[in-house]
Amino acid sequence: MATDEVDRSPSERVDVCVVGAGPAGALAAYSLAERGHDVVILEAGPRFSFEDRLRRMEYSLRPAHDGLEVWEMGGDRDAYASTGPLDYPLNDVRVKGVGGTTLHWLGYVPRYHEKDFEMDSRYGLGEDWPISYDDLRPYYAAVERELGVAGVEDNPFEPPRESPFPMDGFSPSHSDSLLVEACEELDITVHSIPQARNSERYDDRSPCVGYGTCIPVCPSGAKYSADVHVAKAEAEGARVIDRAPVQRLEHDASTERLEAVEYATPDGETHRQEARQVVLACGAIETPRVLLLSESDEYPDGLANSSGAVGRYLMDHPLVMAFGIASESTRQHHVGFSTSGTHQFYDHEEPTPGSFHVGFLNYAGPSPVEAALSSGDWGDSLVSDVSTEVTGHIGTEALVEQLPREENRVTLDTSQTDDHGNPVPEVHWSVGDHAIETAEAALEVQHDILETMGARVTWSTDPRRPASGSHPMGTTRMGADPETSVVDARLRTHDLENLTIASSSVFTTGGAMNPTLTIGALSLMAAEYIDEDL
Amino acid sequence: MELSRRDAIAALAAVGIGTGGVALYRSDAFGDGSIDSETSPDDPIDTMIALAAVVYPSEVSGIDEFVETYVVGRLEDDETHEERTVQALAHLEGYASDEFGDSFVDLSPEDRDAVLRELGVQNAQPNPEGSDVERIRYYLVNELLYALFTSPTGGELVGHENPPGHGGGLDSYRRGPDA
Repeated sequence: MATDEVDRSPSERVDVCVVGAGPAGALAAYSLAERGHDVVILEAGPRFSFEDRLRRMEYSLRPAHDGLEVWEMGGDRDAYASTGPLDYPLNDVRVKGVGGTTLHWLGYVPRYHEKDFEMDSRYGLGEDWPISYDDLRPYYAAVERELGVAGVEDNPFEPPRESPFPMDGFSPSHSDSLLVEACEELDITVHSIPQARNSERYDDRSPCVGYGTCIPVCPSGAKYSADVHVAKAEAEGARVIDRAPVQRLEHDASTERLEAVEYATPDGETHRQEARQVVLACGAIETPRVLLLSESDEYPDGLANSSGAVGRYLMDHPLVMAFGIASESTRQHHVGFSTSGTHQFYDHEEPTPGSFHVGFLNYAGPSPVEAALSSGDWGDSLVSDVSTEVTGHIGTEALVEQLPREENRVTLDTSQTDDHGNPVPEVHWSVGDHAIETAEAALEVQHDILETMGARVTWSTDPRRPASGSHPMGTTRMGADPETSVVDARLRTHDLENLTIASSSVFTTGGAMNPTLTIGALSLMAAEYIDEDL
Repeated sequence: MELSRRDAIAALAAVGIGTGGVALYRSDAFGDGSIDSETSPDDPIDTMIALAAVVYPSEVSGIDEFVETYVVGRLEDDETHEERTVQALAHLEGYASDEFGDSFVDLSPEDRDAVLRELGVQNAQPNPEGSDVERIRYYLVNELLYALFTSPTGGELVGHENPPGHGGGLDSYRRGPDA
């Protein structure tokens, strides 16, 4: 990548250096800049032009372009090793750039349930978080306003709310209506899904106009992405340095405080950004990696790692899906997001099977343009080919709870280096018996629904080999005990008093809900604590 | 089923091009001397229209205006795309002249179809950086199909009035097939 004329030299010692411009970093940076602090954000990836999003959508719809091309992922910068029994597809959905993975995400934003914070107390599984749902509740409300969440208060299973959703929710789809009839027969209660997607104009962003390509790109900007809060942070005086991958963190002579963040720039130089407070917000893979890369004589096992927990307890949400063919038109791919699902099976009585929730797809099977471009043919025969390909598809998905397991971890693979000569992350991921049993229960529900609506089930996930839900968590976990955790209840590392981690890496257990709303709530909470310290 | 200028503008929007209400003319495209090959067609727009007449289903009408509006808008916006399109057209034209003895646009629809099949386009992977045939698949055939199937009328061919790539609003996903 060629150099450009952007000034990427460090600022004079700032109040806060935030590492990562995804949702965690963007929200923390905005919250702190709004309070009047000097903030510098270091982002490994580039700034993407909003105007290019339609071109990126074209890449996503044309089979000549692979998924990595849409947001310029992969290559030496993003090299990694996957060594567990299940392949970990790190680069498939993760995005490095201003906005981070929210540029690619689907945008579902449920809150975690109370039980997710109390897994040990309730079930004897995993650990309790050192904070409760009630502690996080005001930050959930705040982050729902920041992101702009569209929702309907029709979910009898969700934890208590204090106020309506900021926007009206999206109506159910025609496809939903077919599955709802089946669920009524099965005594399954169906409800809406909260979305970080504008159902109306909100925060000067467009309402959804139905491009149908939410994953991997929303050309209208209706789907929230964290570049929104990066821009807000900049408007409050924050400075963003893009294409500046952090190489290591440096502690001072006392070994109790960080002094500077070392980062590289495209011209081949390295720089030191000094800061009074540092927020690591680069996700559950790169966050432990940066800490491990920052080893020193005083911290030979990496920074903030006196517990040995940095990189360990990697969790994800195993994703299990079922697809079928219905005898009637299901009208898929008119929008790119789900509008209905059920949390009925989330708050379980017995420890296992654990939590899962089911969503009804509005984008099962290929879309017309994908089918047309993947067919070798043209002319009249193409219409019948495409019609056959796209008709009658129906599908469901479930995210499944996985317990923290010490052996699932991120380490450094010293046999490979990235484009700056640093060892790449080695990701070891397996799911364990609890998740497999939960996945089996989730698949049984999905099969029941599809078969009751009269669909012929054509494919479903092997519960022993689920896909990654692309929600890595747990690798710098939160806890009260410095012997077993990396950060405390305010997300400050036990070892370094001016280092805070804002990321799904702090999750003590993973639940089964999409994690981004919780990531955002934790970021806003952490920013308040940092503000108190400054 | 008739393609309209609205369909062409929708298809252009799906590749990130807004016409801003400005009419685009064929003289705007290929107007920079980029056509210099002996085998290049006299009028690339005519060749694209002739290709679309084979690639598009026979029930589609209004092809001429749709293709002209789309191709002119597309190529005016992107020099690299224009250059590669010209190269692909030159290869297509060269094969038509060498093997069928006439310009592609002057061949019968059956012979145009035969040109594509003899070139192996039906089995070629679309690849913008690939071989001549792979580029024909990407820059010509799939380009036209992308335009068609991201437009409302193209979607309706397969019962889908708001296909992905087209920002057609939030009504259609709620409707049943008979609404």
